[in-house]
Amino acid sequence: MSSQLDPQAQEDLLNPRERSFTQRLATAADWRSAILIPFLAVISALIIGLIMIILTGSSFSEAMNAYLALLDGSVGSLRAISETLTAATPLMLAGLSVALAFRAGLFNIGGEGQALIGGMFAVWVGFSITGLPIFIHLPLAIIAGILGGAIWGFIPGILKAKTGAHEVITTIMLNYIALRLVDFLLKTTMFQREGRNDPVSKNIEVSAEYPTFLSGIDSALRVHAGLFVALGAAFLIYWLLFRTTIGFEFRAVGANPSAARYAGISVTKVYILVMLIAGALAGTAGAGQVLGVLGRTTPGFTADLGFDGIAVALLGRSNPWGVVAAAILFGGLRAGGQQMQVSASVGIDLISVIQALIIIFVAAPALISAIYRLKTPVASAQISKGWGA
Amino acid sequence: MELELRGITKAFPGVLANDNVSLTARSGQVLALIGENGAGKSTLMNILSGIYRPDSGEIVLDGKVQKFHDPGEAIKAGIGMVHQHFMLVPVFTVAENVVLGVEPTFFGNILNAKKANKEVQEISQKYGLAVDPKAKIEDLAVGLQQRVEIIKVLLRGAKVLVFDEPTAVLTPQEVIEFFGIVAELKSRGATIIFITHKLKEAIAIADSITVLRGGKVVGHADPKTTTQEELAAMMVGRPIDLTVNKAPAQPGAPVLTMSSVTMTDDMGRALLDDINLEVRAGEIVGVAGIQGNGQTELIEAITGLLPLAKGQIKLKDMDITGSKPRQIHRDGVAHVPEDRNEMGMIGSFTVAENLVLDSYYSQPYSHGVRLQRGAIDEGARILVKDYDVRPPHIENMASALSGGNAQKMIVAREFSRDVPLVLCAQPTRGIDVGSIEYIHEQIVRKRDEGVAILVVSTELDEIFALSDRIVVMFDGKIVATLNTSETDPTQVGLYMAGKNS
Ligand SMILES: Nc1ncnc2c1ncn2[C@@H]1O[C@H](COP(=O)(O)OP(=O)(O)OP(=O)(O)O)[C@@H](O)[C@H]1O
Ligand SMILES: [Mg+2]
Repeated sequence: MSSQLDPQAQEDLLNPRERSFTQRLATAADWRSAILIPFLAVISALIIGLIMIILTGSSFSEAMNAYLALLDGSVGSLRAISETLTAATPLMLAGLSVALAFRAGLFNIGGEGQALIGGMFAVWVGFSITGLPIFIHLPLAIIAGILGGAIWGFIPGILKAKTGAHEVITTIMLNYIALRLVDFLLKTTMFQREGRNDPVSKNIEVSAEYPTFLSGIDSALRVHAGLFVALGAAFLIYWLLFRTTIGFEFRAVGANPSAARYAGISVTKVYILVMLIAGALAGTAGAGQVLGVLGRTTPGFTADLGFDGIAVALLGRSNPWGVVAAAILFGGLRAGGQQMQVSASVGIDLISVIQALIIIFVAAPALISAIYRLKTPVASAQISKGWGA
Repeated sequence: MELELRGITKAFPGVLANDNVSLTARSGQVLALIGENGAGKSTLMNILSGIYRPDSGEIVLDGKVQKFHDPGEAIKAGIGMVHQHFMLVPVFTVAENVVLGVEPTFFGNILNAKKANKEVQEISQKYGLAVDPKAKIEDLAVGLQQRVEIIKVLLRGAKVLVFDEPTAVLTPQEVIEFFGIVAELKSRGATIIFITHKLKEAIAIADSITVLRGGKVVGHADPKTTTQEELAAMMVGRPIDLTVNKAPAQPGAPVLTMSSVTMTDDMGRALLDDINLEVRAGEIVGVAGIQGNGQTELIEAITGLLPLAKGQIKLKDMDITGSKPRQIHRDGVAHVPEDRNEMGMIGSFTVAENLVLDSYYSQPYSHGVRLQRGAIDEGARILVKDYDVRPPHIENMASALSGGNAQKMIVAREFSRDVPLVLCAQPTRGIDVGSIEYIHEQIVRKRDEGVAILVVSTELDEIFALSDRIVVMFDGKIVATLNTSETDPTQVGLYMAGKNS
């Protein structure tokens, strides 16, 4: 009997208001917070970016040229679009990972570690097995990535469920562990490429690579089949969240854990399952980078994917299709930023600044409402909610 | 300060919450605002306190037209809203909570504790609001927490005080004390607006009564001459029978049997102390007691939400001790929880989703893992109609429902289940008289169908109106088991106060 009242459930009962921030994220419902706010956030961030370019000594027309280069590099040509989608693919998966956890009231900061482990699993299957046809080898490598990420997500999930350890702390720590574990593994004979002293893994077999489906038109078109895996995942998560009993439970726990417990939902089971799936999604992201872009792993090969995933989930309001849209936007900024750096010599760091600004605006919707004088405050949460409200 | 609302209109998508509402409240007087659930009382007060902006209409204070863009401006103009819940920081002291936001700071943001304590002391002395400024909020009873809220708005210079159903969560004793406070505030010239569903209270303390229905003012009444029946009829538009008509119970076999049930908290103190209780098919057992004497724990023990230290609970012949909440629910226990916002519903879910909150996993609402939206919506439409949840839009967020309609939604969900045992904790809290009548009828109907019913209520009137037998809880124990026909409220009241006469 005592197992029913584990520490986490207790915390939830005593402290039901504590997760209001994730709750807010988990329940963005009306179109205003779903579309208008993110849109205005992007516009505002771009305007501030423009001002920053000018303040750092460029003329207005130079600044506009930089933005034109940004636009050109993200959607100006087939190649630009290919680059945008290539960058967007892992962001979708990493964003879905964070978004799913948000929906259940959990903050998955561990996407980075989960992607790293997933990538290592995938690269190992990718190089160590030979002689398989692609339709067996590639799925095996993807599944390995899913598995690796799931394991790395399961750990914080079970820790939270059984001991009440806060997932933010544990996922951050697991990021560090994963990062160093990769460094270590890349120096072992199991992973390290023969004849190399630096930490770099063996190359995966061609049969484990995601096909680049447009390379027939132009070999520089890098966009790969991982895109469809990511879109499929978005569909699957949407379906899971809104069409299944499992998603009902996830959302109930995210919105009101004590009501979920009242309804007979095992909050702890939900925590474990959510982190498992979130980890699997991030693992798929990491695996996708290995199988679709890099072909091998190096220290920190995920390049902050997990953290960008948080930004994407925030901008996408934790809605799977919102996440897809946000990932494409961020992918476009990445791809366009390269072009901007080359042809307008504005540093790509500006892109990171713009991304960060977008997130600040999205996370503080009141700010946007104030700037654009939107009618009725967006966060007009029911302030008076006694018995009578 | 004289307050006048002129032609206030406010529409929400699909509902006209306030329709050209005008009213006047005078200094040194209490205006009671009554009306059905969803009549627009809270909306009107939220407009007055700057939380919502009206679509049209004016707020006039002492002849000056006011425009509030946010709650801060309303506070500055002298409007104080006394909230009931969640507005206090539990781990802070009374003084800290009171000065939160208006800290009498010395340098920057350093809290000047001494000054804060003194200010709280002054106000509480001036208005007779006895409370220790150094006490932690979490250690205070609900009634005292409410005093802190009152001190808070007084310290901010409120001349108009709005109380939205302040007595709903108070014990009878606390209600008497609350009325004392109101009288004191009145004598010092405060303008008071008091929202309530308890018509007795409106008649007892108001100087004038305004009745809302469907967003409109439908009439005024003079508390000196009106009666509860008259007010109820004005509110609902038809005569209301305030007594529950029921035939004598025909109790059958025991459905719920609790033997030596004991529950302890982390420190080993007894929350439930050797509870022995039997509820039989076809009878209503009322649990009377002042809030916090183990009633919540009693219900949560039966539903498996809290673990027992010892004892046994049986549902019919089945031992359900230690079963998980989901299993107990399936075995046939329905539960209207005490705290509707925290437990009974999920505000950000739709009404339809809330109506399957604890049965979404079963047929016909799902096949395997797939939710059946069609079946869920269909069931919801029927329930919303049967239980008169207004507005009947099942795709609306539950948080958009007025308090009483949210309660009706929860009652609808639990009562529509075909189960042998129904637990109702405060089933009519915050509900208008018309709906109380309806819910009481439903409870009796369930009983007559042979369902065993356990009702927990802090309202003695409700306990007496419904129960066939009454048990009184005090300090985690059942101190008396009485037949309703052989006892009276005075005797039960003594048991509730711990005086085993
Ligand atoms: N934020 C909102 N969004 C949409 N509709 C709302 C919102 N708040 C209130 N309403 C609707 O406005 C109407 C009036 O609600 P209000 O809360 O003012 O009623 P009330 O008189 O306080 O009722 P109760 O006695 O049940 O508390 C109801 O139909 C309610 O559903
Ligand atoms: Mg109300």
